[in-house]
Amino acid sequence: MSSRIVRLTINGRLHEASLPPNTTLLTALRDLGYTDVKNGCEIGECGACAVFLNGEAVNSCMVLAQQADGAEIVTNAGLGTMKDPHPIQEAFADAGAIQCGFCTPGMVVSTKALLDRNPDPTEAEIREALSGNLCRCTGYGQIVSAVRLAADRLTGKRQGVLPDGDETGGGEA
Amino acid sequence: MDNVQPKPLPEVNLPELRQVGKPLRRVDALGKAVGATVYAADFTMPNMLHAKVLRSTRPSARITRLDVSRARELPGVACILTGEDAKGAKLNTDLPGQTGRETRAGSDAPVLALDVVRYVGEPIALVAAETVELAEQALTLIEIEYEDLPGVFTPEKAMKPGAPILFEPDNVVSRYAIRKGDFEKGMANADLVVESTFKMPFVEHAYLEPDGGVAWVDEQGVINIRVCTQVIEHFRSIARALGVPQNRIRVRGTMVGGGFGSKEDITVEIFLAFLARETGRPVKLVYTREEQFASTAKRHPFTVTHKTGVKKDGRITASQVKLLADSGAYPYLTPYVLLYATGMAAGPYKIDNIHVDSVAAPTNQTFTSAFRGFGGPQAALGYEQQMDEIAKALDLDPLAVRRANYMQTGDTTCTGQEVTSAVWSEECATRVLHALGERTAETPMKKIGRGLANTFQSYGRITWFHDTSRAWVGVEQDGTVVLRCGVPDIGAGQSNSICQITAEILGVPLEQVTIYATDSAVTPLAGTSTATRQLYMSGNAVTLAANKVRENLILMAAGEFGVAPEEVDLADSCAFVVKDETRSLELAVLARKCAAAGLSLSHLAQFNAPFTDGLDPETGQGDIWPDFTFGAVAVEVAVDVETGQIEILKCAACHDVGRAINPAAVHGQIAGGTHQGLGYALMEEFVLEEGFIKTPSFAEYLIPTSVDFPSTDVIILESGTGVGPFGAKGIGEPALTPAAPAVANAVADALGVRIPSLPFTPKKILEALGKA
Repeated sequence: MSSRIVRLTINGRLHEASLPPNTTLLTALRDLGYTDVKNGCEIGECGACAVFLNGEAVNSCMVLAQQADGAEIVTNAGLGTMKDPHPIQEAFADAGAIQCGFCTPGMVVSTKALLDRNPDPTEAEIREALSGNLCRCTGYGQIVSAVRLAADRLTGKRQGVLPDGDETGGGEA
Repeated sequence: MDNVQPKPLPEVNLPELRQVGKPLRRVDALGKAVGATVYAADFTMPNMLHAKVLRSTRPSARITRLDVSRARELPGVACILTGEDAKGAKLNTDLPGQTGRETRAGSDAPVLALDVVRYVGEPIALVAAETVELAEQALTLIEIEYEDLPGVFTPEKAMKPGAPILFEPDNVVSRYAIRKGDFEKGMANADLVVESTFKMPFVEHAYLEPDGGVAWVDEQGVINIRVCTQVIEHFRSIARALGVPQNRIRVRGTMVGGGFGSKEDITVEIFLAFLARETGRPVKLVYTREEQFASTAKRHPFTVTHKTGVKKDGRITASQVKLLADSGAYPYLTPYVLLYATGMAAGPYKIDNIHVDSVAAPTNQTFTSAFRGFGGPQAALGYEQQMDEIAKALDLDPLAVRRANYMQTGDTTCTGQEVTSAVWSEECATRVLHALGERTAETPMKKIGRGLANTFQSYGRITWFHDTSRAWVGVEQDGTVVLRCGVPDIGAGQSNSICQITAEILGVPLEQVTIYATDSAVTPLAGTSTATRQLYMSGNAVTLAANKVRENLILMAAGEFGVAPEEVDLADSCAFVVKDETRSLELAVLARKCAAAGLSLSHLAQFNAPFTDGLDPETGQGDIWPDFTFGAVAVEVAVDVETGQIEILKCAACHDVGRAINPAAVHGQIAGGTHQGLGYALMEEFVLEEGFIKTPSFAEYLIPTSVDFPSTDVIILESGTGVGPFGAKGIGEPALTPAAPAVANAVADALGVRIPSLPFTPKKILEALGKA
């Protein structure tokens, strides 16, 4: 059981690192500076560390770095930036789907995986697709709205900013 | 409770504003969306060491041998510290600015256990090494032997004569007694006396971001600690533990990945400070999820007993409430949590004759401290289940019983504190019941039940803590705005709210405001992000500061326009004459003119909460809080009679938030708080057996996922009567409080019997159905 050189292409950049066999992809990514990949539990229960591994969304804590040798990894930060956010990231920001933000990178990855295979999901399909991503702040409702907003924008159905359904206002609601 | 129509609201005329009241994209949202936000565990320093903590594996034991010599010899280990190296250092539970003190002296937790351990997970030794793996390896080389001591594992047993004493002289962490009105006379006037007892479990906060941070000693000798915390002002307690002056500790807060009260306690700070001072190198420590479960605070288990005298029409003539709380192994914030539960024990009802007796006792279990609601939710689970028990005993509608007892503005709580803001309990209750719509039809397999809970919850800290907040606002020469305020943002939008208020007052778009927050050395101290106090306290501080800057801008503009200051307003980064908007000046131009005239365009303001004396020691009468938020939740549940599974079919939540500074953020607080409350009722229990943890990770301790509950129907009311900026009340904690009792009442409605303890697991449901 010895360290081995592992080659990973992360968000388009090639990295070579000598890693022991028990290092997870999560640890490797964070140690290489991709700290948008969050460590929430290390047992595959919370989804905060979700990334794309050769196009497939995985919990990076459940993958050994040596197994990922030669793979192409895309993290949430690889999807968009402050200057040029991905429409899903923009929708999360617009829909009030972000409170503490710690689950958000994993949520965005799971959302992209869903919309890539199902551009027009129902609410039940959205909830099912996100069921591996824990959020303790929002109660998920505004996250579901964000996914719907992103789907609508990506399919050209909607340009607007906020999803429907907020009942607010002075005095009488 | 079917076909309820919303009670019409009193007339309220809130002015339409330009930024406040708008569901704008929060200032922190995009950075978090794209993963640009740097959290505490994301930060590294050159030459940095990694720390780990050795923790007790025994709930009650004497440490008979602790030998770190083999661990110390491991190459790559830089430092090992034990209780001997931190003698006398305590995890003080005193809060910043606090002048009263209820905690029993001598029972604050030691930073590192020295002779005895009192719970599984108690810290014993610290290791700093070149890598995380080496630090972990060093832990395994520390030799430790224990001699088990008798333990105590329930507060009931802790209160019995002969129980092992955790802290001399007895097992009482704190105790309160409220005496209001003529209890005996009230009971004598009752037609019926209803008595019930309800129990609540330990609950884990389970925020997604584990506690962590990095500390280093800078070139001035100041120990810097970069940490995710709700309380940067712990720098004072950290200084005391290390025996250094307070100006030699700097806490640099980060964006916090959820707190809910557990990051109100000191977590990694003192460990890091000791290690950084000892090694002279930067040190990082991040807890694992299992460490979070074992070694951070939990919500207090409570046993609440109500004995209520009522008239046949539902009016309460007298009430007796008894509260017993489990403080776990160390007091932490227990005395204050117990005070909150005690002061809110009567609920949002006018009860003239009431006795409340409360006590908190220690056990050899994970310690309990602050958790969203701070004792309020446990009190509410008592009084709101009791209201339904009263309705059942009198064969009345639960809403009718509540209507007969709702307090109104000017009425007093059980401690005699007058409620001065709007009390819209009935307005909230009728709206959530109306929102449930048509009742779902029962089937032989599914019993349907509906439940209502009306609650109230304080916002702002205990008024004899003499709470204050500060904020600095300045306009730059290009018309952009800088806000400096030491507010820790724990995800609820604390930063955004004060930015939005500043933007409103100075008439600039929200994007033109930059905030520097949560640094104990360079941002004006704003107090804790706890007690639903930041919008109230820092919102008022920033309002004072921004208005002062606005005054000077308007003064200069009025002079330029040749009009009176009252005729000038600010909007869209311009000053203009209200009656002739073509006459306007860009803020940038105005700012330069002010600078040239020597007119200050920055201001540091301090807001003081009302200061009061403590409660009367004999009667427990007096003021405790600045104000209260009133709200209600209604739920409809389906109980599967075969599996015992409960499904939430519908859930509606309504709160009077005074004024919604950002309605989207308020919606998020109400929806998220309600969801946590549903989890509290149906799934969550941190289980210990004889002090050993049975739910050590997210595999055993389940929190709600996206498929467990439907979205909450959120109804926001705005009375404009709060003591916060623009009439706002607080909503962070109040949002959680009514959800669990509403579920409890719905489940009791469906089953026809009440399950006396949370959570309502399928096993308990089947037992209640006689099927277990």
